[in-house]
Amino acid sequence: MTMIALRGAIEIGLIYGLVALALYISYRTLDIADLTVDGTFALGAATTAVCTVAGHPVLGLFAAMGAGVLAGFVTAILQTKLKVQSILAGIITMTALYSINIIVMGNRSNLPMAKNDTLFTLIPEFAGDYTRLIVIAAVIALVCVITVLFFRTPLGLSVRATGDNRDMVSASSINPAFTTTVGLCAANAVVGLAGALFAQYQKVGDSTSGTGTVVIGLASLIIGEVLLGRRSVVRGVIGAIVGAIIYRIIIAAALSASISASNLKLVSAIIVAVAISYPAIKEQLDLHKMRKAAKVK
Amino acid sequence: MSKMLVLDQVCKTFNPGSVNEKVVLTDLSLELEKGDFVTIIGGNGTGKSTLFNAVSGNFYVDSGRVELDGQDITFLKDYQRANQIGRLFQDPLKGTAPNMTIEENLSLAYMRNTKGALRFGISAKERELFRQRLAMLDLGLEDRMKSKVGLLSGGQRQALTLLMATLVTPKLLLLDEHTAALDPATAEKVLNITKKIVEENGLTCMMITHNIGDALSLGNRTIMMDSGKIILDISGEERSQMTVPKLLEMFHQKSNKALDNDRILLAK
Ligand SMILES: Nc1ncnc2c1ncn2[C@@H]1O[C@H](COP(=O)(O)OP(=O)(O)OP(=O)(O)O)[C@@H](O)[C@H]1O
Ligand SMILES: [Mg+2]
Repeated sequence: MTMIALRGAIEIGLIYGLVALALYISYRTLDIADLTVDGTFALGAATTAVCTVAGHPVLGLFAAMGAGVLAGFVTAILQTKLKVQSILAGIITMTALYSINIIVMGNRSNLPMAKNDTLFTLIPEFAGDYTRLIVIAAVIALVCVITVLFFRTPLGLSVRATGDNRDMVSASSINPAFTTTVGLCAANAVVGLAGALFAQYQKVGDSTSGTGTVVIGLASLIIGEVLLGRRSVVRGVIGAIVGAIIYRIIIAAALSASISASNLKLVSAIIVAVAISYPAIKEQLDLHKMRKAAKVK
Repeated sequence: MSKMLVLDQVCKTFNPGSVNEKVVLTDLSLELEKGDFVTIIGGNGTGKSTLFNAVSGNFYVDSGRVELDGQDITFLKDYQRANQIGRLFQDPLKGTAPNMTIEENLSLAYMRNTKGALRFGISAKERELFRQRLAMLDLGLEDRMKSKVGLLSGGQRQALTLLMATLVTPKLLLLDEHTAALDPATAEKVLNITKKIVEENGLTCMMITHNIGDALSLGNRTIMMDSGKIILDISGEERSQMTVPKLLEMFHQKSNKALDNDRILLAK
């Protein structure tokens, strides 16, 4: 792999690290498999593209987060108030977003920003080729710090408890529907930002850019957990980002080993399936070993 | 003296109108004075836990009224009642978040007090309070405040849950066979802690138990439930004269009567 390819992988990995971080909030912390993510990622891209074309790339990042909050809110209402199963709630919102994203971009499926200033062209090249990497890393670091701090506030603590023991949250006089909503809004805000950064990075807002994002995010999250463990929030957050970078490097390596881009989704799916089923497989193997050992005696 | 809890002709039927229809509470009325410690006995499925559910708001009652310390709480949601009502279940896993540390769990329970404040982490003052309270349990938990609760034993978790339920003094404490899943020695320890906490804070408390001895030795009043009704309610002189064998006999009499009723029904 060339240096340029590696740097590119790290840059994209950092951006997708936000998706893994969002899944850390929804999937790991709230214990909800939130499939809104695919739609929210593209929503972030669409929203930011519209703002960027209008000359406001930085505002576009915040707008993308706001749009993400709305998407998360819709999913949360479906789940908590209208009692739609959580997976289905996500699928419904995601499906609606396919249309909405196209509407947002003025009835087109993509919106190029090639001629417009983006976050990356606005900032002077203070570190040569590494400028872009440093800018992305700074944004991601900021989001990570805010996430860790959030989880230390009383509200953040109750969001964590909601996924851990919902009954106990009500027993502490906190409405679990509220904490679920807060968690889903926060997670989707982060995804929206990821979609926005990705779009500005690629210089195009694409309504299909979100497809498969959940799986990539999950794979990254799990790679991070395998490496850093799950012991604390700080580890979880750092793990998500590190996992996403490693995932991208694996993908880049696969690409340079001439696995075609269309097969990448298959590779991702396999990584996720293996990673999630790893504990079950290990248990089977251990049992097998024990039986064998018992027979030898 | 003011009434702490008033249940006025409370009814609850599960799955009304279906084949699974189950009348559980029928015109149940109960009044608790402030500082009352009531023990509740009764056979399986007689509606004891359902009574607690009605008080703590797991569902709305079909008819009747629930009043806590003069406030009508009939239509308050469970989490809205929770800052005034503490509750423990038989299952020690129910009351705590296993993947969070002891101090984080306590901090959550303490939020009933500190609601809405924006803070990062647990303050030194709070931590000191938690440490003092944990030390009262005499289980050495005060030195393990950063351990995850999932690592504790059932008894330790139940003691912690008790502490959490009473950390912000509730108006009413509901104990649903909270020592039933523990070994005898641990059960006694948790029961002693319960006694201590209830006495020190002058709590109003209801405790469901299947141990008739405990039912008579703890608290100041004992009620017996059958088919969603209170069939015996003793306190004062009558209660101090009551013995375990006598109560057991009454218990069997009443449940036999229920059985006879069933037979009569079937004979038709
Ligand atoms: N949510 C529910 N839906 C349907 N039926 C219920 C529900 N909760 C309780 N019941 C029924 O109500 C009856 C009373 O149950 P409850 O749990 O109050 O009994 P209990 O007195 O606490 O018994 P135990 O001593 O076994 O704990 C039982 O027949 C039970 O099946
Ligand atoms: Mg019960």
